[in-house]
Amino acid sequence: MTNVDKNYDVIVVGGGHNGLICATYLARDGRKVLVVEANDSLGGASMTSQFSDNFSVSSCAHWLFQLNSDVASDMGINGSTLELAARDLSTIALAEDGNHLTISRDKLEGAGISEDDQKAFIAFNKQINKFCKLLDGAFKRRAPKLVEGNLTDRITLAKLGLGMKMLGKEDMSDLMRLALINIYDVMEENFDNELLKGAISLDSLLGSHMGPRSPNTVYGYIYRQMGEAYGYHGPAVVKGGMGAVGDALADSARKSGVDIEMGTPVNNINVDIDRATGVTLSDGRIFDAPIVVSNADPKTTFNKLVGLANIETGVARRVKTMRMKGDTAKLHLALDGLPSFSGLDKNQLGQRLVIAPTMDYIEAAFNSSKYGEYSKAPAMDISIPTIHDGSLAPDGKHVMSVIVQYAPYDLEGGWSDQNKENFKRLTIDRIAEFAPDLRDKIVASELLTPVDLEERFHIYGGHWHHGEISLDQILMMRPFPGASQYGTSVDGLYLCSAGNHPGGGVMGLAGHNAAKEIIKRGKEA
Amino acid sequence: MIPHNETMILETPFHSRCLAACEINLWEDWKGYRSAAAYTSMEQEYFAVRSNTGVIDISPMIKYRFTGPDSCAYLNRLVTRDVSKLAINRVAYTVWCDDNGQVMDDGTIFRLGENDYRLCAYARCLDWLMWSAEGFDVTIVDETAEVAALAVQGPTSCAVFKDMGFEGIENLKPFGMTYYPFENSQVMISRTGFTGDLGYEIWIEPDLAEAFWDAMFEAGKLRGIRAAGSAALDMLRTETGFLQAGVDFIPAEEAIRTGRSRSPFELGLGWLVSFDKPVFNGRKALLKEKKEGSRYAFVYLDVEGNKPAESAFIYSGNKEVGTVTTAAWCPTAKTNVAFAQVDARYGKVGQELKAEIYYERELKWTRVMAKCKVIEGAVFNPPRRRQTPAPDF
Repeated sequence: MTNVDKNYDVIVVGGGHNGLICATYLARDGRKVLVVEANDSLGGASMTSQFSDNFSVSSCAHWLFQLNSDVASDMGINGSTLELAARDLSTIALAEDGNHLTISRDKLEGAGISEDDQKAFIAFNKQINKFCKLLDGAFKRRAPKLVEGNLTDRITLAKLGLGMKMLGKEDMSDLMRLALINIYDVMEENFDNELLKGAISLDSLLGSHMGPRSPNTVYGYIYRQMGEAYGYHGPAVVKGGMGAVGDALADSARKSGVDIEMGTPVNNINVDIDRATGVTLSDGRIFDAPIVVSNADPKTTFNKLVGLANIETGVARRVKTMRMKGDTAKLHLALDGLPSFSGLDKNQLGQRLVIAPTMDYIEAAFNSSKYGEYSKAPAMDISIPTIHDGSLAPDGKHVMSVIVQYAPYDLEGGWSDQNKENFKRLTIDRIAEFAPDLRDKIVASELLTPVDLEERFHIYGGHWHHGEISLDQILMMRPFPGASQYGTSVDGLYLCSAGNHPGGGVMGLAGHNAAKEIIKRGKEA
Repeated sequence: MIPHNETMILETPFHSRCLAACEINLWEDWKGYRSAAAYTSMEQEYFAVRSNTGVIDISPMIKYRFTGPDSCAYLNRLVTRDVSKLAINRVAYTVWCDDNGQVMDDGTIFRLGENDYRLCAYARCLDWLMWSAEGFDVTIVDETAEVAALAVQGPTSCAVFKDMGFEGIENLKPFGMTYYPFENSQVMISRTGFTGDLGYEIWIEPDLAEAFWDAMFEAGKLRGIRAAGSAALDMLRTETGFLQAGVDFIPAEEAIRTGRSRSPFELGLGWLVSFDKPVFNGRKALLKEKKEGSRYAFVYLDVEGNKPAESAFIYSGNKEVGTVTTAAWCPTAKTNVAFAQVDARYGKVGQELKAEIYYERELKWTRVMAKCKVIEGAVFNPPRRRQTPAPDF
């Protein structure tokens, strides 16, 4: 075992985007920071990997749509450090009859959309954006504790309360009502067009273990729309894939003096009775530091790295009961040429395509997963990034990246090769119903189930958001009461992953807020 | 588990014998079991324990068994005392807390083997024990119904066992335990109890319970052996300063109102908290409390006069500072004892306080403001309780 002499002030476990952001802020505060990453690349779930010879793809998240603008600017992320191959893309909801619906911010086209739906959509967006702005204030700060209520927390709460008041009577009561019901009912209240209802519903639950009729989906939708507050008016395609985000953040971290150690997983967060003392790597090296920040999800942090035996029962229980059930798969296809989707031209193929023809379609897809089966007709979010970015595939060739709902982590019978193959076939066949020549173009394919995502990205249950984004797991409840301000019951151990307030997605605020909290608590934090 | 779909109340393995002895038919419910409050008269039973031998059926006590490689580490995280210091065939009294450092229960841990422990508790807490097992390789079994138990307490108890042929029992040290063959099996005997006297607790399989009772009562005939109920036990434990869960404190899990639970320090049980061991439930909160001070102090009071200060308010001058949780006139110590919870600023040993006592004589109620003095602890603490070899009476 090697003892490393360099005296780090902070060790960040995991070089995901939040870990890098947190590390950068801390280094700029004058601390010696080491980031330890298990994988050979940085960015965590914001990663580009080669899945077949000469074909690469964003292997987990595939759109950039809610990276917080303040954080991005602090990290020096701009057009020169991170190139967007395309941005503010439209979403096209695919229809079986080829009469697709195109959603571009407030504008709806095709699918025989009615004047009423168009009007209602503008009003709906306006209201959702109001809610987003309201949350924006709370997202930038640590979640307030309800009981102790010091000044900072009171201000956050007061702002949130005042913000709600300022919404006006109607919007405020709407928020109170909507937040607790489900997207299905809200869609039924507002719109007639099935494709529109399906597309919005899909956005409310991507990455989660919920169907349109599940409570919390309205919050899920508002959460997803937060990108509007950060200047994204639709998803963006990052040149070089999402891994470029990780690389840009890593550059920023290194420039700020952060040391980064890659390719060696952390085996343990070392704890002396109830104080973190550093980490032990899988190769036996020990790094000591008075502060350890875990960018691993809360379950991995406590179950695996700290050990439930080393924390008190009440906390162990909260870790255990945290809802974090991955139900989303990723499908990657290497294509010989661009497939032809009926009713879409090349420019349209470069937009975000979704297969969610009706809300009932999604709900039926979800039903299977509730009982441990994968969806027979899954809902999907499709990206063909190579239309905008040639760097991911050889000339004239393409990759298709598909987010597939639903593929339960604990599939009945397990994710055997056979089960994976069957699910992959079925998913491809389903897309082929819209793009008949798809199968002929496939030269290679890869399916990542939640089990694969867990293994590759070290996320418990393969859950994208490091914990379900739902009202019982937001603000002072995220990841669980008693750890909601980035500090934990273990002194010197902090959490900075998407499992913390404000949550998942490539947003960067959890890392930002965690760093601010650590800085606020001072050197001896 | 005993099926009890036809009767809601369970019977202990000694029930037939208890029933025969219970002349006044005064039963109560002890955690789901029919249990004698008194057999003949409380006073007689009390004096049996102090002068001869009293036998209390403690089978209803909740008993959990822990086995597996992590059983010691598991218990060490669960309770406040350092379980790793507990040797095989030894017993330790302890409390266990929730994360907020509030006492959930008190009880005794018996170390039966290398990775084999028994925890005796006042309340059932299997859910908490199972939650606590996350991350440990430990097997937990509720063996309440599988182990019959008696407390055999009083000066002649050792002699009774010697007469039963348990050779060398007098050499068993307090908080030690040992085994003797009985019939075709064995009985476990520990030198433990809830009376503050020389005494033992016996642990035996339910099938042998009645035979053991008979053999013991036969052997103890000339030693004044007598069954004793919970009423006598309550007076006995008061005299010797033992707290009763549910009476002197509300187990944290049962407390509904905030602030009604108590920490070990607030119960005078700070000596049970070991900070120099790995993390345990409540550690952080208790460290904080130690640093910042407790809300309450638990005090023993010597109350003037002979009227038990039951449920009395406690005053310092004219200021109300606390309430009594347990009170009794203790016949052997000839002291009027009360346990009280008072504001932590009060209750230094030697301090004079006042108890507001209401008592009734032939329908006439009287109020007295009895002077009381904070005392060190148990008013009954005879040498025979600790003497090894145990003296013969």
